[in-house]
Amino acid sequence: MSQDKSPDSNEVSSARLVLTLALAGLISGVAIIGIYEFTLPTITMNKARELREAVFKVVPGVTQMQQLVYRDGELIASTETGKDEQPMYAGYDEDGIFVGYAIPAAGPGFQDTIGLLYGFEPDRRLVTGMEILESRETPGLGDKIYKDADFVANFKQLLIDPEIVVVKKGKKTGPNVVDAITGATISSKAVVRIINETHAEWSQRLPPAGSEPPLVETAPAGTGEGP
Amino acid sequence: MKKNDNQSYDEFIKGIWRDNPVFVQVLGMCPMLAVTNSAINALAMGMATFFVLVGSSFLVSSLRNWIPKQVRISCFIIIIATFVTVADYTLLALVPKVHKELGAFIPLIVANCMILGRQEAFASRYPTRLAVMDAMGMALGFLLALFSLGAIREILGDGALFGVNLFGPNFEPWIIMILPPGGFLTLGVILLFFNWFKLKKDEFLEQVAAAERSGS
Repeated sequence: MSQDKSPDSNEVSSARLVLTLALAGLISGVAIIGIYEFTLPTITMNKARELREAVFKVVPGVTQMQQLVYRDGELIASTETGKDEQPMYAGYDEDGIFVGYAIPAAGPGFQDTIGLLYGFEPDRRLVTGMEILESRETPGLGDKIYKDADFVANFKQLLIDPEIVVVKKGKKTGPNVVDAITGATISSKAVVRIINETHAEWSQRLPPAGSEPPLVETAPAGTGEGP
Repeated sequence: MKKNDNQSYDEFIKGIWRDNPVFVQVLGMCPMLAVTNSAINALAMGMATFFVLVGSSFLVSSLRNWIPKQVRISCFIIIIATFVTVADYTLLALVPKVHKELGAFIPLIVANCMILGRQEAFASRYPTRLAVMDAMGMALGFLLALFSLGAIREILGDGALFGVNLFGPNFEPWIIMILPPGGFLTLGVILLFFNWFKLKKDEFLEQVAAAERSGS
């Protein structure tokens, strides 16, 4: 460095070096905590809103929701999730009558984990909608699993029994068949596989159709306008 | 005062064209290739980098007499990392969709060699005013470079700009342009143009010089 002002600047004491770095670290830490605390409410709010919107989208006709967890062999309404408990959501219409479940699912896609939410109506055994929450699929190809409206529309009245099947585009035959996206067969299959696997996992836990947990009026997750 | 103005203007403008960090210095290639698959991503990345570079340059330049040179790199990194974290959380709170698309590349601004390079080469040696002008010029040059790459790739690869369809349904998107190879191809072509331009300019200047010599 030619800019050094004093010739002895090479002999700065170690204490000064340590002090400088400690001070820099301290100030930086305080700044980071500050911005974290400042943005946290907005970030939590955004996430809650995104989830609500996704639930309302995958189960049509829903105006209220609450979080359910599977605990001690039954589904109960709870806003808390314990260790190893996966939350899922139940949607209700304006009169508080149960409409369908919204079940989060995740599994490997073409590049990374695909996280999604699908709606399920137990009495008609139908998948009522699918929304991708998280994906790093190839832009232009795999990302069509959420950008291609035709593909997403496959999941709006889709019979889940015996299981969902993927076929080449245009070969759709039955009520449980999904048209794959041309050029993104792996991603399409991944979405269907994730739903099938998650459904198999949940189907033993769900109560018989007609005896779903009722809406708890005070459930803060679903009632009211804002999250 | 007049001279001062000229100098800071020069520091500002050099980053945009003559010393463009991407096309001339070929720095910051990681975000350049990774997040330019659409114009909006490129713009968001460019703005985040702008914020980080200008903020860090300002602080580094203001503190340059207090930072012992033995620990200067660590100090620069701490300063840069703090600004990056601020940018990361701000984007997450304000534009969660864009943040999701940029993903891991926001925290990776820390490792953008262009930013550390400006601190070491410029901000730590010059007064604050010039350092900020230099940072703004460089960051703007980086933003423009990112944006032009992102726009070209989105137009060719998706037939759209900012998600607005340009060519109608009969356009067959050139998908490779939004895949990683498209980044290399586009960047290569642009660098080719810049080098060709520089070559032509040098030739022209030589001709002018020769003409002047023979004329006078």
